[in-house]
Amino acid sequence: MLTAEEKSEIEHEITKFPVRRSACLEALAIVQKHRGWVSDEALKAVADYVGMSATELDGIATFYNLIYRKPVGKKVIRICDSVSCFIMGYDKVRAKIESELGIKLGQTTPDHEFTLLPTPCLGTCDRAPALMINDSLFRDLNEDNVAQIFRHE
Amino acid sequence: MNKPLTEHIRSDGEAVSMEDYLKLGGYKSLSVISKMAPVDVTKLITDSGLMGRGGAGVSTGFKMSAVPMGEKAATPKYLICNADEMEPGTFKDRWLLEGNPHQLIEGMLVSAYAIEASVSYIFVRGEYKLAIQRLEKAVKEAYSKGFLGKGLEMHIHPSAGRYICGEETALMNALEGKRAIPRSKPPFPPAIGVWGKPTLINNVETLSNLPHILNNGIEWYKALSKGVNAGTKIYGVSGHVKKPGAWELPMGTTARELLEVHAGGMKDGYKFRALLPGGASTDFWLEDKLDTPMDFASTAKIGTRMGTGTMIVLDDKTCPVGMLLSLEKFFKQESCGWCTPCRDGLSWVAEILASFERGEGQEGDIAQLERHARLLGPGSTFCALAPGAASPLGTGLKYFRDEFLRHITEKRCPYADHLHR
Repeated sequence: MLTAEEKSEIEHEITKFPVRRSACLEALAIVQKHRGWVSDEALKAVADYVGMSATELDGIATFYNLIYRKPVGKKVIRICDSVSCFIMGYDKVRAKIESELGIKLGQTTPDHEFTLLPTPCLGTCDRAPALMINDSLFRDLNEDNVAQIFRHE
Repeated sequence: MNKPLTEHIRSDGEAVSMEDYLKLGGYKSLSVISKMAPVDVTKLITDSGLMGRGGAGVSTGFKMSAVPMGEKAATPKYLICNADEMEPGTFKDRWLLEGNPHQLIEGMLVSAYAIEASVSYIFVRGEYKLAIQRLEKAVKEAYSKGFLGKGLEMHIHPSAGRYICGEETALMNALEGKRAIPRSKPPFPPAIGVWGKPTLINNVETLSNLPHILNNGIEWYKALSKGVNAGTKIYGVSGHVKKPGAWELPMGTTARELLEVHAGGMKDGYKFRALLPGGASTDFWLEDKLDTPMDFASTAKIGTRMGTGTMIVLDDKTCPVGMLLSLEKFFKQESCGWCTPCRDGLSWVAEILASFERGEGQEGDIAQLERHARLLGPGSTFCALAPGAASPLGTGLKYFRDEFLRHITEKRCPYADHLHR
């Protein structure tokens, strides 16, 4: 079920730990990188590969917010809703994104292009409000410039 | 002014390269420690007065000296850098990680030598993509130059997310590939830590101090400060101020100097109302505390905490109840769910605060929130997450009581027409 490439990347991560199963989060991240999310099938394959039950691994996978157990869009928007961004206008930026994309927090656009999720503090509070689209960070946002980002992305 | 941690960080946003770091005297502290016994390195760090920069402010040398030494000590021993910066309003470790990763690696080499650790991990915030990329490059370079590999292995673990991973024992569970639930203490990590072995966990800023202490000595280090605790501190200010930012300044710089000089004061049209001195888990301070030196001892003396030293400023146009709701929603969401006061209490706190914002707050709700602030305080929970949540809640209820009452009498958020709705 796991591809040869996934297996070789997971094996490399396993070398960093004294216990094989400790690499389970790295393994989930690898599968997610290749497939976009972690399906039940993929979860079972990872569990078998690192040596734990699928039930236990699901308990771990669902604990962490960067492991997706549901399909997400090609671009995942993570908008910071913590205190500094709140003070600096998070609500307005979020509302603008929601109206631009026609989705609410936690939803994916019908074309599977964007998923909108909240995230805790991104550690860039002097340039709040901030958000990430996949691996890229955007800051100093307001109602006007946030729409620009989507036109470029 | 002396800014050992940040003086070489480039203004163009690039990281200090290995080549430049070496030219600037980088990795020089390794030759200093090579002439010292490991326990003497720990003693020097203890005597320097360095206190952990993650927020709790425990003596770094004290923590190091709790690691068992000698032939009978269990091996391998582990050193972990806690780079899981997620305290809302805190943006200091990102600066050090992105700006000067080699300084951190050198600090880890010093610490690992002192406690005789052979394996180390950098547990880094998963969202800090640029920091991860730069750390990976720097670690690779340190291996190829021979700084790493001979005595110390170093690995990077990008966190899969969750604030609770910043708690030492939850971090160890996360690193072991388990749910990040805090462990019972004692035993403390230096005795029984990750994979059951002696483990030392230190914050990025803490470790970045070590090369400078070794190179320049403890008298120099103590003289950097103008407060009670030694060294410099990376402070920051966010909110509606003229120049939000982070600066390395003498430990003990007052909150007023940070706000009025470095952050340039309030933005035009905004008035200062209160601040959280060091992240979401600290007490609100009103103007009467602004002249407090921002160091661990001075803040403890007046019954409060500095936390991470990155302040969040509340202005007169932002709803204090709304700010508390943002804070408590965060804590509710990030509770690991292990113990009842935190799991159940924070949900109720967030729900009651939300009811105020909807205009449905009632008289008895204030007393109910006060009760929760007390029950979530130190001593009733497994870890410090809920007491952290209780800090702004308890002080917020005390200082902004009139604002809560306005929400009740007006049956709406009085700030609803402004910025946030």
